[in-house]
Amino acid sequence: MFAQGMLAQNKILLLDDDEQMLELYQALIEQIPSHPQVEVCNSGARAIAMLESEPFNMLITDLRMPKMDGLQVLAIVRRKFPLLRLVALTGVPDEEYRARAYSQGVEMFWQKPASSEDIQLFQDCIESMLDRPHAAQEGFRGVQSKSLVDLIQLECLSRSSSVLFITRGALNGRIWIQNGEIIDAVAANLAGEAAFKEILSWKSGNFEILPADPARPRAIHNSTQGLLLDSAQAFDESKGPSVGAAPEGGDPSAAAPPTGLAALGRFEGIGFVLAIPPDDKLPVDCWSLDNSMDVANWARDTHRRLAKLGEGLEAGELAGVFGFGPQEHWALQARESKGLLCVGFRPGLSAEQVEQTMKIVFDKWAF
Amino acid sequence: MGLLTKHPAGQPGPHPLPSGAFTVDARGNLVSSTVPQRVPEAFLVQIGRQVLTVYKGAAAVRLPFSQLKVEYQACKISARALRGGAIIFLSPKPAARPSRPFENLSNP
Repeated sequence: MFAQGMLAQNKILLLDDDEQMLELYQALIEQIPSHPQVEVCNSGARAIAMLESEPFNMLITDLRMPKMDGLQVLAIVRRKFPLLRLVALTGVPDEEYRARAYSQGVEMFWQKPASSEDIQLFQDCIESMLDRPHAAQEGFRGVQSKSLVDLIQLECLSRSSSVLFITRGALNGRIWIQNGEIIDAVAANLAGEAAFKEILSWKSGNFEILPADPARPRAIHNSTQGLLLDSAQAFDESKGPSVGAAPEGGDPSAAAPPTGLAALGRFEGIGFVLAIPPDDKLPVDCWSLDNSMDVANWARDTHRRLAKLGEGLEAGELAGVFGFGPQEHWALQARESKGLLCVGFRPGLSAEQVEQTMKIVFDKWAF
Repeated sequence: MGLLTKHPAGQPGPHPLPSGAFTVDARGNLVSSTVPQRVPEAFLVQIGRQVLTVYKGAAAVRLPFSQLKVEYQACKISARALRGGAIIFLSPKPAARPSRPFENLSNP
């Protein structure tokens, strides 16, 4: 894990879903006296992947973005990269956003500069932050996994008081944590321990840490470890014996198969990688994608439809599907024994580059 | 007789892919076409609707795109979004171009 190693030249990651704003801010920040290196990306998942693969001194993020929003990014980044300097940008001044951004540990909350004076001030502040040595240059740097179990354990171990708001597609749930203890949960029509177990059975989704709710009455009296063990046991029982399952009594999160997709993500221009097994009951494996289940379902359906169409056309086997868009490109290819590989590409790549890169990535994954 | 039994008239059979372009509206109805007239309209509509479904599905999972390329071993279907509908190009690969006319449904 990188994010804030020792860097000769300051390196800043700029995150915004608006390509024009990215270009503008990149140019503005590169002008400041220390001439930092500025990298840009347009999605939260991509930003986290870049922070994991390269050292940065600072993350400047927009707050309102369509996929993973800036607050979610900040929540993850603050835990994974505690020494990284964080700056939040917003187009619309909003006190609630400001409060929530500061609660996630940003050092500066900035309304997008509108005048030349604002721009100068913004540049001065960024320069000043880069000059200032961080109080702590060593110590705990975060965790690799961002599973829900780990997140809950982190909140509880740090004796935090917060409300975890978790979404998975149309489903959502809340877990109330008070002084490091889980006191209540709700999900769908469930409440208390049943809701907590239901939420833990969701294997992917998004989360947000909301301010504490001290007035919430306590409905769960089991300990955190007891709850997590009960939930893991219930999940294992519902899943039945399977190859690669965690040993009895082991950490349920350790049952996840190791992923090699991060290595594929190192190829130039790749935005995300999603491996979808042939059996739709098996979990998908993804890198740098925040709605993996939705994309996996769509990819399966698309591949099935187009393969069937090809049969009707006597067109032979479906070799690949490519989509080229203004914000992102994607490609989809299948290998019978391994399933589907769906890869996202940054928009700067040409169609030929996408196809060539996909060929290399697919071969590495499939064979 | 054997061929007639296998492919009775009026029953859809496998079609060698024709070459040409056609447009469909947002509902998948055929608007215009340069594909030879011997190719049944329903055949093009079926392709058009599948293409539109891919567009809509991708947008729903936040992977919107404007150009689609579907590669089969023997042909390529490419499409471009067009005000809710799409323009679709059918391109048999040279080596796979059928040596017999479209009406001949039996394989060599």
